[in-house]
Amino acid sequence: MDLSLTQEQEMIIGLVRRFVREEILPLELKLDPDADALDAVDRDRLISKTKELGLYGLDIPPEYGGPDIDLVTRTLIAVEMAQHRAGLYAPCYGVFGGAGLAQLFEATEEQKDKYLYPTLRGEKRGFFGLSEPSGGSDPARAIQTKAVRDGDNWIINGTKLWISGADRADFGLVFARTDSSKGRNGVTCFIVDTDTQGFHVRRIVHTLRSAHYATELQFENMVVPAANILGELNKGFAIANDRLTRQRIPYAAGCIGVAMKAQEMALEYVPQRETFGAPLSSRQAIQWMLVDNDIDIKQSLWIVLEAAEKAQRGVPFRKEAAMAKLVATEAGGRVVDRCMQMFGGLGVAKDLPLERWFREMRIRRIGEGPSEVQRHVIARELLGSSLR
Amino acid sequence: MAISLEKPWISSDRLNEVLAGHMGVFQLANDNDQTIFIGFAGGKSPGGLKHEVAEMLATFPDAESFRYEITTSYWSRFKELMALHWAEHKSYPQLNDRTQVGRISPTAAGVY
Repeated sequence: MDLSLTQEQEMIIGLVRRFVREEILPLELKLDPDADALDAVDRDRLISKTKELGLYGLDIPPEYGGPDIDLVTRTLIAVEMAQHRAGLYAPCYGVFGGAGLAQLFEATEEQKDKYLYPTLRGEKRGFFGLSEPSGGSDPARAIQTKAVRDGDNWIINGTKLWISGADRADFGLVFARTDSSKGRNGVTCFIVDTDTQGFHVRRIVHTLRSAHYATELQFENMVVPAANILGELNKGFAIANDRLTRQRIPYAAGCIGVAMKAQEMALEYVPQRETFGAPLSSRQAIQWMLVDNDIDIKQSLWIVLEAAEKAQRGVPFRKEAAMAKLVATEAGGRVVDRCMQMFGGLGVAKDLPLERWFREMRIRRIGEGPSEVQRHVIARELLGSSLR
Repeated sequence: MAISLEKPWISSDRLNEVLAGHMGVFQLANDNDQTIFIGFAGGKSPGGLKHEVAEMLATFPDAESFRYEITTSYWSRFKELMALHWAEHKSYPQLNDRTQVGRISPTAAGVY
């Protein structure tokens, strides 16, 4: 088993690392500490650069024009892209592009023309509308938004919560119950235009994370054509579940990237900072924090890469993805917390990115399925039918 | 929960008495109590709300009064207030950049 990176991986990662340090970090110094966007001129300039580098639209399948980079390498890139202040929720401020809502690759040709291709061209934005006030981790039971058939249309009523980007989106994927007697087999995914009458973004939900905020949505007798069903009627749960599993890998990778950057900052700082006549680095308490950070980073990186490798091979990876999400989000939180402790007062000041990472990393243990749900998923995989 | 900023307007000459260096959001109004600017004092502001409001009052002679809200969530709150202004007036405040922000449709009177 060879665990070393290939030459090509080394080259791509080096390229992205330089890009973050030479292009992103200098611009970020001028932005508000909670900013989540570059100004349009800088954004367009950097998008041109990532296109020149052949690294734009990393997650877009090659048949749709993506650069055909394997998932393990994309995971390593995601680790690099997160290594700046806004990196957890706005890695490189989006200048590497993205696949948008990957579920649309399974859409009908008509739906692709209307939603997928404009998204890939950067002309349209979408949101993913799954979670509700009743919960998000157990969509089979928590979804109370209802869709009722009316001829060629569906009438949707309900509320969604914790939905990112809905206030700026042109359309979204909305999961609604279409058969209340069938549990997980009674949920359907609808593509909804945000200018549809009855679609409301009621408020921004203010949390620890001020950038890339979440919103609360309300649907009041919203009429959606039956042609806007994504996939099959009552098969929406599989779409949601697939997305939740796949998303765990880049979600985990971002946490590792931030942890690496925090550790790098601490390693630079502690030999310089003196207390009681000696550098902090000479104190065992500090050394042990650095050691624990290194262990946290290494073990979560290998678990995330294993999940990516399994997903790449097309073998079941639900357990590994849950482990990756669980381990990386918890380890990332511990690393950032220890680094703040080493930096003292500076660690909690907005002068450094640590305070933003600390706030946003806390959300990572809850978003995309909390740690407890990941443990539940792993337990189910370990115990199988004997769990019931 | 009210999402609009509904506190009474404060005359600009009370700035030093009322404001300090906190992070937060603020609005400026003209002599008809119309909101003409929405701003925030963020993590880079050298003197917080006091500094930002003073600077904007000096920049915009039409501004007669202000109101504010102390919050560390200034970034999302600022965007919410801009979106709310758009929802109510179909325009951004007169003195703001035409920065595109999100779209919200709160219930009547900005109360959720």
